[in-house]
Amino acid sequence: MSPELAQYLLSGITIGAIYALVALGFSIIFNASHVINFAQGEFVMIGGMTTVSLIGTGLPLPFAIVAAVAVAAGVGLAFEKFAVEPARGAPVVTLIIITIGASIFLRGLATLVWDKKLHALPAFSGHKPIEIAGAALLPQSLWVIGVTLAIVLLLSWFFGRTLPGKAILATSHQRLAAQLVGINVRTVLFISFGLSAALGAIAGILIAPITLTSWDVGIMLGLKGFAAAVLGGLGSGAGAVLGGLVLGIAETLSAGYISSAYKDVIAFVLMLAVLFFMPRGLLGGRITERV
Amino acid sequence: MHWLASPRTGGMAALIAVAVALPLALTNNYFYEVAILVALNAIVCVGLNLLIGYAGQISLGHAGFFGLGAYGSAILTARFGWPSLAALATAIAAAALLAYLIGRPILRLRGHYLAMATLGMGVIAAIVVATEDRLTGGPDGMPVPPLSLFGAQLSGEATWYWVVVALLVVAVWLSLNLIESPAGRALRALSGSEVAAEVVGIDSARQKVRVFVISAVYAAAAGSLTAHYSGFITPSKVSFFHSIELVTMVVFGGMASTFGAVVGAAVLTTLPQLLTAFKEYEMMALGAIMMGTMIFMPRGLVPTLAALAAALRARKDAP
Repeated sequence: MSPELAQYLLSGITIGAIYALVALGFSIIFNASHVINFAQGEFVMIGGMTTVSLIGTGLPLPFAIVAAVAVAAGVGLAFEKFAVEPARGAPVVTLIIITIGASIFLRGLATLVWDKKLHALPAFSGHKPIEIAGAALLPQSLWVIGVTLAIVLLLSWFFGRTLPGKAILATSHQRLAAQLVGINVRTVLFISFGLSAALGAIAGILIAPITLTSWDVGIMLGLKGFAAAVLGGLGSGAGAVLGGLVLGIAETLSAGYISSAYKDVIAFVLMLAVLFFMPRGLLGGRITERV
Repeated sequence: MHWLASPRTGGMAALIAVAVALPLALTNNYFYEVAILVALNAIVCVGLNLLIGYAGQISLGHAGFFGLGAYGSAILTARFGWPSLAALATAIAAAALLAYLIGRPILRLRGHYLAMATLGMGVIAAIVVATEDRLTGGPDGMPVPPLSLFGAQLSGEATWYWVVVALLVVAVWLSLNLIESPAGRALRALSGSEVAAEVVGIDSARQKVRVFVISAVYAAAAGSLTAHYSGFITPSKVSFFHSIELVTMVVFGGMASTFGAVVGAAVLTTLPQLLTAFKEYEMMALGAIMMGTMIFMPRGLVPTLAALAAALRARKDAP
C-alpha cells in the first residue's frame, strides 16, 4: 500500500467515525419516533462550542467535555418536550419543518451566545503524529476511532442487554404492542432524543481539535451524518456505522484522487444512488416509503 | 355577490385590487424594491405550493431550480452575450427538462426519503455553483446584465413592479385553474391516498412529475427575473437555506391555499426588512416561526383565518 493511500484511508476512517456517530443519532430517533431530526447536526455544534467556552472559563478538559455533553442532552430533551411532543401524530412534512425550524433556531441562538468565528479545541493528547505504513496518524484520530468504537460497543450492550434499551427497541418495532406490555412510549421518545443529542455532542467534541468548530459546523456534519444513515439503511445501527465509514473513506479518496473541490458532493451522490437503486440501504434498514 | 366568495373570482379580484392600489403606498424606491421581491418570491411559492400543498410532495431543493433560472440567465447573457429573453426561455426550458428527468426516480420516494433526495439534489447544485467559478464567479457571485424586452431595457422600479405583478397574477390564475381542473382533482387525490388514487385510474407517477415540472418552471422563471432585477447573483440563492425559506413561506401562508402562498411570501419577505434593527435575531425568528406555525396552526395562516371567519359567521347566522 502506498503511503498516500494509507494516509487517505486513515483520514477517511477518522472522519467516517464522526459521521457514524451522527448517523447513529439519526437512527435512534428515527427508530423511536419515525422522525428524521434535521437538528441533529446542531447537537454536534453545541457539543464542540460549549466545550470551547467551558475551557475558556478555566475548567479542565474532562469536566468541560462531560458538562458539554450534558448541555447538549438537555437541549435535546427540551426540544423533544416543547417542539416534537406537541406535534405528535402530525404528517411527515410538518415534522420535517419543525426539526428544520429547530436547527435554524439553535444556529441563530449560537451566533448570539457565541459568535461567528472559528474556534479551536486543544487536542486531547498532543499533536505528535504516529507513523503507520508511511502515513501520519494524529493522536486525536486515535481518540476519535477509540471513543467511537467504545460507544458502538456500549450501545449494542445497552440495546441488547438492558431493560431500557430493549424497551426502546420494542417501541421501534411495534409501538402499540410495546405500549400494551407496559412500556411508556413517551418516555422512550424522550430518552432517545437525549441519547442522540449526547452522541452528536460527543462527535462534535472529538472532531473539534482536528477540523475546528463554529456556529455553522452542524450543517454539513448533520447532512453528511444523515447521508451516512441512509447509505447504511435508515434505522439500522450497524448500517449507520458502516455507512459512516464508507462515506468517510469515499470522501477522502475522492478528495485525494479526483477533486478536493467536489469532495462534499460525494456524500450526496452516494446517498442519491442508494435511494434510487437500493432504497433499503447497504444493510437493509426499514422498508423505504415508496409507492 | 356569490362570485366574491370563490377563490377563482373573488380571490383574483382581491389580488388585482391590492396590486393596483399598492403603488399608492409605495412612496419610495426601497418600498418598490421590497414589493418586487415579494411578488417574485410569491411566484416561486405559488408553484411550490402546487407540489407541497396540493400534491403532498415535499421538496427541500427548490432553490436549485431557482438558481438554475438565475444562473442560466446570468451566464448566457453575461458570458455568451445572448439576448436576455432567449436566455430566460432557455433557462426555464432547462429547468423543466431537468425536473422531468429527475422527477420520475425522485418522486417514487415518499415522505422522509423524498425530503432527503430533494435535499441532496439541492446541495449538489449549490456546491457546483460555488465551485465552477469560471462560469459562476464562485462564492463571490456574478453581475447580471439588465433585462431587455425587444430592444427596450427594463429599468425603473415602477416598470419592474408592473411587469412582476402582472406575472404574479398570471401565475396565480394558472394555478387556480389547474387546481379546479381534472388534473388538479387528481393531484388532491394523490395527497389524500396514493393507493386510492391509483385505484380510480389516476396515473400517480405522471401527475406528480407534471406538477414537479410546473413548480420548477415557476421557480426558474422567478429566479431568472430576480437575477436580472437585482443585477447580481450569489450562491446564497441556491443554498439549502434558501430552499428552506421557500418551504417556510408556503407552509406559513397555508398549504393547499394559493393565496396562502402569496401571503406567506409577502409576510416572510417583508419581515426581515422590518426587523433590520434586530438583524442578529433574524435566524432565531425564522426558526421560531417555522416551529410555532407547525405546532399551533399546522394548516397555515390563511386557511386558519378562513376557518375562524367561517366559524364566526356560522355563529352569527345561528338563531
